Amino acid sequence: MAILEVRNVSKRFGGLQALDDVNLSVEEGSIHAIIGPNGAGKSTLLNCFVGRLMPDTGTVLFQGKSLLGKKPHEINQLGVSRVFQTPEIFTDLTILENVMIAAFAKRDGAFSFNLFGRVKKETEIRDTAEKILHDVGLKEQLTHSASAMSRGDKRRLELAMCLSQDPKLLLLDEPTAGMARADTNATIDLLKEISATHNITKVIIEHDMHVVFSLADKISVLAQGTVIVEDKPENIKGNPKVKEAYLGEAEGE
Amino acid sequence: MFANLKNNDKLIMLGFTIMVFAGPIILAPFGAGYPDLLQRFAIFGIFAIGFNILFGLTGYLSFGHAAFLGVGSYSAMWMFKLLTMNVIPALILSVIISALFSVVIGYMSLRRSGIYFSILTLAFAQMSYNLAYSVFTPVTNGETGLQLRLQDARILDAVNTSGSLPSPSLFGLKLSATTVVEAFGMRFQFNWGFYFCAIVLIIMFYISLRIFRSPFGLMLRAVKTNQNRLNYTGINTRPYTLGAFVISGVYAGLAGALLVCTDPLAGAERMQWTASGEVVLMTILGGAGTLIGPVIGAGAIKYAENIFSKINDTVLEGYFAFMPETISDFFVFIVSPFVGEGWHLMLGLIFMLVVTFLPGGLVEGATRITGWIVSLGKKSKSVDANGSTEAAE
Repeated sequence: MAILEVRNVSKRFGGLQALDDVNLSVEEGSIHAIIGPNGAGKSTLLNCFVGRLMPDTGTVLFQGKSLLGKKPHEINQLGVSRVFQTPEIFTDLTILENVMIAAFAKRDGAFSFNLFGRVKKETEIRDTAEKILHDVGLKEQLTHSASAMSRGDKRRLELAMCLSQDPKLLLLDEPTAGMARADTNATIDLLKEISATHNITKVIIEHDMHVVFSLADKISVLAQGTVIVEDKPENIKGNPKVKEAYLGEAEGE
Repeated sequence: MFANLKNNDKLIMLGFTIMVFAGPIILAPFGAGYPDLLQRFAIFGIFAIGFNILFGLTGYLSFGHAAFLGVGSYSAMWMFKLLTMNVIPALILSVIISALFSVVIGYMSLRRSGIYFSILTLAFAQMSYNLAYSVFTPVTNGETGLQLRLQDARILDAVNTSGSLPSPSLFGLKLSATTVVEAFGMRFQFNWGFYFCAIVLIIMFYISLRIFRSPFGLMLRAVKTNQNRLNYTGINTRPYTLGAFVISGVYAGLAGALLVCTDPLAGAERMQWTASGEVVLMTILGGAGTLIGPVIGAGAIKYAENIFSKINDTVLEGYFAFMPETISDFFVFIVSPFVGEGWHLMLGLIFMLVVTFLPGGLVEGATRITGWIVSLGKKSKSVDANGSTEAAE
């Protein structure tokens, strides 16, 4: 069953047709990668899923319900979490507090006027947060500030925040962008581990072919705003259309 | 030991309560132990604590909180005029009215963030100030300010036959009453008005402490750090920021009401932008985002305003009298522009130094000094234990 369906989505910025009649469906429980050369519209498409951008035409359905016109926090409350290209975390807070906020959002909803509760006494939330931080392999002192972490650890923390919400769909926007090969491999292993323990559908926007072919069950290739091919990884590799789309850039990879 | 102290809420409350209640004794040697100034410390402490809930936690810098101070004052005055001289109804009405005002102003201003938010709040506050002078003269009595009069209704109070104006009271206890104790060659003045303000200050400090420790407070701190991430984490930030805005507005309204409880006169100048700026200075000077900082900042500014401004050349000559005359004249010449009428210069200098060298305010200064003492203590201990300094490093 398709958990996320994109139907005839188009988006234009002034003279630039960023998305042109995109159709896509993501199967529940799968890892679906969206790849494409720079400027193919990958990020624009992702922003249409999370309420950042409104498509000009077409619809985005999550579990059969339209996501159009919904605000980012509403979409998250439906069970869609996202990881940013550069890790977005709360740098002024502690590592533990970062994850606890996500867990609070899951338990208490978009707003709760909990003025006289005590964060200290929320042992359930705290335990969940600690367990997930352990799962993603963050070994740092959890009461330390999140600002001094390495980029790889920030990525782990951001993933922990998403996982603590037990999402139905996890969107990953270039999860290995700007990482060294060793960090990239560590992230791939982590994502594989997460897939083994949590049954979460994932959509990965990625540039790095290595990452995509190690993780994805299915790949959609986006070029100039349209999906040119949608197939299994083994069939994508030799596809002449894909080669054409990447020509000139494939050598750089 | 100090780390424990910092995180133990009961100890913080106990320490704070003792310091506030002992205020008249502690501050008497500094020449600040008189009721009028003590009341101002407590009242502006409340104002700054509330402001800190908005600015310190969420990072939204409001430049219009004096409007709520003024609204609180006017509401309390009208309770005194119409209902009774008892302060409780006055406080209740000022809380309600300032909450209503801050919901409206907050709702509109919070559509923007950063500098635009600041400008919007400033505009609303200046608008309130000008309205108080013009259209709303029947309510605010314009330039003269709202005062008590003998012919006011005061329907709950007994008919006033004394021919003199009544004064605010707490169930018959006059707030202006002062007990003077002379001891150790000093005058200690214990004033009911101050103790009433002090109790409100302690309650409001406790509420602020609970907000700091609550999930709500955690979300407010998250708003300051990364509002974008918070939205994508499923949190609707608008009601959180509006909540913080209204809470801080109510604190300001309460402070405004207490101002007229201790001195029953409400003027529009209380709402001017300089008054809004003052509370920003207090919070930053003391330490924005810290619990106790705003109270310390409020105290420091009110102290400067009331004490430095009273130092004139004659007083200065007294200070430097132990030096030869030419040198003392020189010092008086250097220092005199910064005191008396020039006390703002002194305040500006202190503020500049604090912001440059202690971005965390006076509280950061205190933390650094205690940290330094603790590390010194540790070093000397380990030196004793190991007999060498190398082991300590």
